[in-house]
Amino acid sequence: MFIKEYLSDIFNATKSLFTGMKRTGYYFVHPKEIITEQYPDNRDTLKMAERFRGEVIMPHDENNEHACTGCTACELACPNATIKIITKFELTPEGKKKKALDTFVYHLELCTMCGLCVEACPTGAIQMGQNFEHSVFDRSMLTKKLNNPGSKIREGVE
Amino acid sequence: MAVDIVLSKRQTPDSKPQTLMFSLQGITNWIQNWLTANLPATWVVIVESLIVILLAIGLFAVLGLMLVWMERKVAAHMQIRLGPNRVGPMGLFQTSADTLKLILKEGLTPDGADKFLFNLAPFVVMIVGMLLLAPIAFANGFQIWDINIGVLYISAVSSLSVIGILMAGWASNNKYSLLGAMRSGAQIVSYELSAGLSILCIVVLSGSLQITDIINAQQNGWWILKGHIPVIIAFVIFIIAATAETNRAPFDLAEAESELTAGFHTEYSGMKFALFFLAEYINIFIVCAIGATIFLGGWMPLHIGGWQGFNHIMDYIPSSVWFFGKTLFLIFLIMWFRWTFPRLRVDQLLNLEWKYLLPISLFNLLLVTLIAILGWHF
Repeated sequence: MFIKEYLSDIFNATKSLFTGMKRTGYYFVHPKEIITEQYPDNRDTLKMAERFRGEVIMPHDENNEHACTGCTACELACPNATIKIITKFELTPEGKKKKALDTFVYHLELCTMCGLCVEACPTGAIQMGQNFEHSVFDRSMLTKKLNNPGSKIREGVE
Repeated sequence: MAVDIVLSKRQTPDSKPQTLMFSLQGITNWIQNWLTANLPATWVVIVESLIVILLAIGLFAVLGLMLVWMERKVAAHMQIRLGPNRVGPMGLFQTSADTLKLILKEGLTPDGADKFLFNLAPFVVMIVGMLLLAPIAFANGFQIWDINIGVLYISAVSSLSVIGILMAGWASNNKYSLLGAMRSGAQIVSYELSAGLSILCIVVLSGSLQITDIINAQQNGWWILKGHIPVIIAFVIFIIAATAETNRAPFDLAEAESELTAGFHTEYSGMKFALFFLAEYINIFIVCAIGATIFLGGWMPLHIGGWQGFNHIMDYIPSSVWFFGKTLFLIFLIMWFRWTFPRLRVDQLLNLEWKYLLPISLFNLLLVTLIAILGWHF
């Protein structure tokens, strides 16, 4: 029936409009829902999202040891050549030669924070950090060395 | 034509708020008496007109600044943001700073534009807003011109604003401007019908076109409370049509940012743009003031027939507070629409008017007439 369809159209339209207005009205009367961070003012209490990707970092434990084997999976995964792994050969106690990380070069100025390197890493040696205040006066300061000086690979990581 | 023509007319016997509270009528009476005692009659009219001009311009400036601030705050809170909060307390001076910036900017006129029409258009839009201010009663006895065809005057003059918009769109020599202006024309011409028909419902009920008569008819309750469901339907239709007539989202096809950059005011900058921007908010205020006057009783406090004590308490709230409260409530409602609903397409827009709003309001007018004839309203 035409009239029935016409009236149910009007009813459903009104109902859906009210649903929308209820949602925005709820937000209007609940200022606690506001998600704006007033950044420079609340720098000390800034709450970052857990999945925020600010830069690539390599965590070191208290013995200055990291988990990077120098396998270059991250370097291969990187779409714009942000990472350059320089390896060296170390002698194991058994007298064998073994490939190890010498320098993890990270070009922050080239990085798009896609996180593919973190996904590619087989040992979980690198992560995405939360720091986003990267501005410096000299471009060369954006090229970083991620492994600490004198650090070595953690025991048992292959 | 000045403020005081209304005075000492139409004081219904049981309206005694004047003695109870601060009243603007006292001030206008005093000015009128002082002027007539000290000046010849012609000069009285001239001085009073000057006062009215000053008040109107002052009201426009304050309204423009306040409503833009209010819109930005309402929008922010509905979108879980904070809104302006840096310039002054709660960002109150943000709009003043913006206005200062616009005054300092160059008002560019494009090379291919029709210079005369291009520069005239913003003023046409503003003047229509100013003309509409005339019959609005801001408080008890505080009205510029209590014309006896007030409602007809309002619906006639409000349709003139489309001329300013078409003028701006045509003179800009820009395809986006022209498209926006044409859309605006189609829209305003369409929605004026249902707006007029819903106003007509109240005219039928109160039996007069005069604003003062319509307000006095709501002495024992506002029409929206007295008139049963048909008046509520008329009110809803009026609000929808008012939103469309002021070119605001969800009916902002005339300036649809995502499609036409800024529609009819794409080429305007500086103060000429500011005039269009101001006119939008002035129009919202006026349309809401008319809605508040016709459906919600204007300055009339909330009276319920027979409840003497309650009515007496309500009279203690000044009539100007009632008027501006109701108007601001309607403005908030229209802002709520804007920040909730997505924009309609042109065909949807015209469907809504010609297939839904117009038949419903015609049928509704019939119902209201029946109610008025049989005296079913309270």
